Amino acid sequence: MAGVFAVAIIGSGPAGLSAAARAAALGLSHILLEKTDHLSDTIYKYQKGKHVMATPSNLVLRSDVDFEAGKREVILGKWDEQIAGAHVNVKYHAEAKAIRGTGDPIPGSVQQIVTRARDGTKSVKEIQRHAPPYAIELTNGEVVMAENVILAIGTQGNPNRMRCPGADLPHVQYQLDDPAEYVDEHIVIVGTGDAGIENARGLAEDPAQRNTVSILNRGTDFPTAKAANVSALMADHEAGKLMVRTESETHSIEPGFITLTTRDGELRIPCDRIIARIGSAPPRAFVEECGIEFSSEDRSAFPTLSPVFETTAPGIFVIGALAGYPLIKHCMNQGHDVIEFINGNTELKPADEPIIAAKFAGLPGNRSTEEWLEFLRTNVSILNGMNPLQMREFMLDSTARAFAPGEVIFERNAPGSSLFGIASGSVAVEVNPADPSVTIAIEAGSIFGEVGLISGRRRGATVRAAEDTIVVEISRLAALKLQSQVPAAKKAIERISIERQLLQMFGSGLRREDVAPLVDAAKVEEKRAGEVVVTEGADDKDVFIIRRGSMIVEKQIGDRPVFLSYLPAGSYFGEMAVIDGSARTATVKAAIKSEVIRLPGEGFLELLAKNPALRERAMKDMAGRRATNAFIEGQKDSFSSAVDMYSQTAQFLVDNGIGEATDVLLIDEKLCIGCDNCEKACADSHDGLTRLDREAGKTYAHLHVPTSCRHCEHPHCMADCPPNAIKRGPDGEVFIDETCIGCGNCQRNCPYGVIRMDAKPPKKPSLLQWMLFGSGPGPGEAPYSWRKKKAEAEGAPKAKLAIKCDMCSGIDGGPACVRACPTGAAIRVAPDKFLTFTKLTEDAE
Amino acid sequence: MASTAKNRFSQDEKRRDSDHVSFLKHRGFRWLWIALALSGVSIAGYVLIDQQPRPNGGSWYGYTLGTIGLLLIIWLSLLGVRKRRINPGAWSLKAWTSAHVYLGLSLVVVGTLHTGFQIGWNVHTLAYVLMLLVIATGIYGVIVYATLPASLSANRKEMTRAQMLEALTAIDRQLESAAQPLGRAEADWVIAALAQDTFHGGAWGRLTGSYPHCATRRALRGMPQGAAEERVIALLEKRTQQLAQIRGALRIRALLEVWLFIHIPLTIALIAALTAHVISVFYYW
Repeated sequence: MAGVFAVAIIGSGPAGLSAAARAAALGLSHILLEKTDHLSDTIYKYQKGKHVMATPSNLVLRSDVDFEAGKREVILGKWDEQIAGAHVNVKYHAEAKAIRGTGDPIPGSVQQIVTRARDGTKSVKEIQRHAPPYAIELTNGEVVMAENVILAIGTQGNPNRMRCPGADLPHVQYQLDDPAEYVDEHIVIVGTGDAGIENARGLAEDPAQRNTVSILNRGTDFPTAKAANVSALMADHEAGKLMVRTESETHSIEPGFITLTTRDGELRIPCDRIIARIGSAPPRAFVEECGIEFSSEDRSAFPTLSPVFETTAPGIFVIGALAGYPLIKHCMNQGHDVIEFINGNTELKPADEPIIAAKFAGLPGNRSTEEWLEFLRTNVSILNGMNPLQMREFMLDSTARAFAPGEVIFERNAPGSSLFGIASGSVAVEVNPADPSVTIAIEAGSIFGEVGLISGRRRGATVRAAEDTIVVEISRLAALKLQSQVPAAKKAIERISIERQLLQMFGSGLRREDVAPLVDAAKVEEKRAGEVVVTEGADDKDVFIIRRGSMIVEKQIGDRPVFLSYLPAGSYFGEMAVIDGSARTATVKAAIKSEVIRLPGEGFLELLAKNPALRERAMKDMAGRRATNAFIEGQKDSFSSAVDMYSQTAQFLVDNGIGEATDVLLIDEKLCIGCDNCEKACADSHDGLTRLDREAGKTYAHLHVPTSCRHCEHPHCMADCPPNAIKRGPDGEVFIDETCIGCGNCQRNCPYGVIRMDAKPPKKPSLLQWMLFGSGPGPGEAPYSWRKKKAEAEGAPKAKLAIKCDMCSGIDGGPACVRACPTGAAIRVAPDKFLTFTKLTEDAE
Repeated sequence: MASTAKNRFSQDEKRRDSDHVSFLKHRGFRWLWIALALSGVSIAGYVLIDQQPRPNGGSWYGYTLGTIGLLLIIWLSLLGVRKRRINPGAWSLKAWTSAHVYLGLSLVVVGTLHTGFQIGWNVHTLAYVLMLLVIATGIYGVIVYATLPASLSANRKEMTRAQMLEALTAIDRQLESAAQPLGRAEADWVIAALAQDTFHGGAWGRLTGSYPHCATRRALRGMPQGAAEERVIALLEKRTQQLAQIRGALRIRALLEVWLFIHIPLTIALIAALTAHVISVFYYW
């Protein structure tokens, strides 16, 4: 065993190599452990020639290693050169298996690891933490000793390994870099996700390679792969290019052969190479075993860190993507900073200091950045549980603003999914749209705007500052992070949102005291798409409020369920059975993944009994709903086919995800002449690339749902955007701003396939030039070949970025696709307005 | 983020809320009523105004009708530019199409009254006849726009054009391997079917959907029954169906577009004839 290093850095990505370079520059004894044979594996695995972006542009880079936007090869080349030049002590092929303290046990420092089994049971394992130095055990059995450990391992995790006998033989591999590399081989692919299917097809693509390729599928379906990949695979199978072996699992592996367990018994087939693509395990389990605590049980939670990136295990630090910072620049700055901290530099201000300072620049009060952060943290109750590092990170995605008395903070019906915390002063909520003088006050320390955050829908009321007020506007992303980091904040937001929803739901006149018992008894429940909440004919008596998502109401008429209505978030249901004591008159089920607030029926009745005005309003709503139901039932007798049409069309639209849309393009194919003017107009309105595919998509009864953004209430694309470039704009549109780094996460996350990755094409000659002289490709998206040729002639290639519909934001007349339709076939609608009997049975022609 | 009234909310809300109707019904037939009013006023004027020596393009009323007609024709012909230039401007192409159709039809009345029913073998009548031909092709266009889209959609069966061709390619690949055990003559049938251009048959085939020289159907007819042939026959049948879908799509689209190949050139000829008509009238005034 060598001596004890001052610091060991695990992982040589941007964070790790920047830390190592700093340690080398400071002359600290260090070692950089990398599991592969090259630096920065994640970027190494990027596609050849990929343009790597350097955002955020306003953040200065503070590292001994250079980095600027450019081609993958150039960046990796420079890093290799500079790491060698700085005499960084790199140890390749060094994969850490375990890290444990070798000093004395730290009194009272016990790590609890909670593991959840598939059946929902939990088991808790306790680990006693030991003081440094740490022993880092490598997979090859070596041990590296270090006083401090920096974990910069990212979030990709390691590929799951095969576990059958022979799995450790050298011809079992977990990655395929170049399918053209292998010829004349019997190759078995294990795993039928997208990666496995793409590998198998790649290896079998060229018959000249003469590979015999089989792919093993444990069952008969392909639940984890994209439909397009599955059908291509099955076509290759039918064409005899490769073999799909269903209901087959690996039994054992030996050189030259593999034995499979199949439905008909064991089967031994020749096999020169096995490529296992069976997913990867997130690094959390490994990290927890090191004694590092995560902020919550949430899957998206990050390790709990001190302001100097130190974890709950003293001497172990976490930086980079694993700490919640996925951007390269952040990672490199943290690598630099963490070494400075370890080296005893306590004066260092984080590199984002000027960005945060700028956020407080316009506020009255002359406080320093630290003072402002502390002011917000102590005054806004939901922020109390955060530490200074979390506050800084939180502030990067938030803004602090001052408002004068009477100034509007947001208006009713404005889109917005941010949450506001009142640091000082108070605000007035205009609860009655007809009479702005009716307001409810919200005091300092509390929050508002939570309905927009939770439901993803427009603001329900105008909010003004009641006095001089300072608020912190917490972006959706920061609010979600806050809730996963600070469980107490999540609880507080939930309680306030339930209370507000009750107050808002049943109109003015109710006070917080009135609904308090109901709030206490309320329960938030999550519902899967299609899950039934209320069953027709049942005699349960709870009332529900839709907190997020949407529901559909249907009733069994004759032998078929008939669609009665669509309920968006914010609606309530189930009150009829409570008020008149009858059985449930209809079935209510979730249209998409939703959350409901369950209110006990008795509590609801008590509330009604105490508030005659509320009772009256509830009775009126109920009568309205009864009338709608009766109308459709009445139609069923006389115009059965119209009701069937309505019911089935509505169901079709809900099945195609319209339930979570806010503004969706539909095409009435009884009017569509297929001129594609919508696509052309889209391309001409947006840099020459169309963001919609008219032909693709499902159709029912001539109503077509093309591939085009629906501007979801809770956009899937926003889920994992490293630069946080996807936002909701002033008209409710979900758009991608100029900070996009082209990573493609949003494209993978969108279930509707509406995001494409492409480079901004060169400018076309004008319409007049085309009309008179035929120059250029004419209106619409230029063909790929034209774009490529022209771009090459213009020089420097542009990065491929994510592009999607922005609902023609900033364009005067609204969406160009609709305006450009010559026959009126293209319409953009909102589900709550369109999923009604009149709209769906309207005769357009 | 926190936004004030500076957004399109009310405009968007109106759009999301608006009825979805075709260009013919646009705004409760607004342009139909305007066109009828224009025609009615023109007829009334023609009947009531005493034109001396006789109703003629050269009377003041004739000039008025002629000017209206000329301006209308120029405006109507600009639809081709309008539909290709979507920005700037808050307008809808549906409204333009609606106006184009009804105002175009009203030209029959305005133009005819302008002639004063004086028809002859001259450039003036040429312009009038061209105008009627343009309108006639336009009427065909309106009819197919109103009737064909539903069958286009039904024929598509949720497939895009690219997918239809891909499906055909997939069948062909299977057909090629399935045909390996066949005898020389049978294999030649299949080869001929595979080699034939999917888009053969020319303009006539496209418009009528009749492809008498379809090699796939010929191969299907010629294929004897047998163990080896069974799969080939099944695949050939699949291929025939796929071809029928592609040809159906081609046919409907051709019917939807063919009139434009007459409508547009005739419009250009009409504008040329109109120019000659106007210049000559003013020259000989």
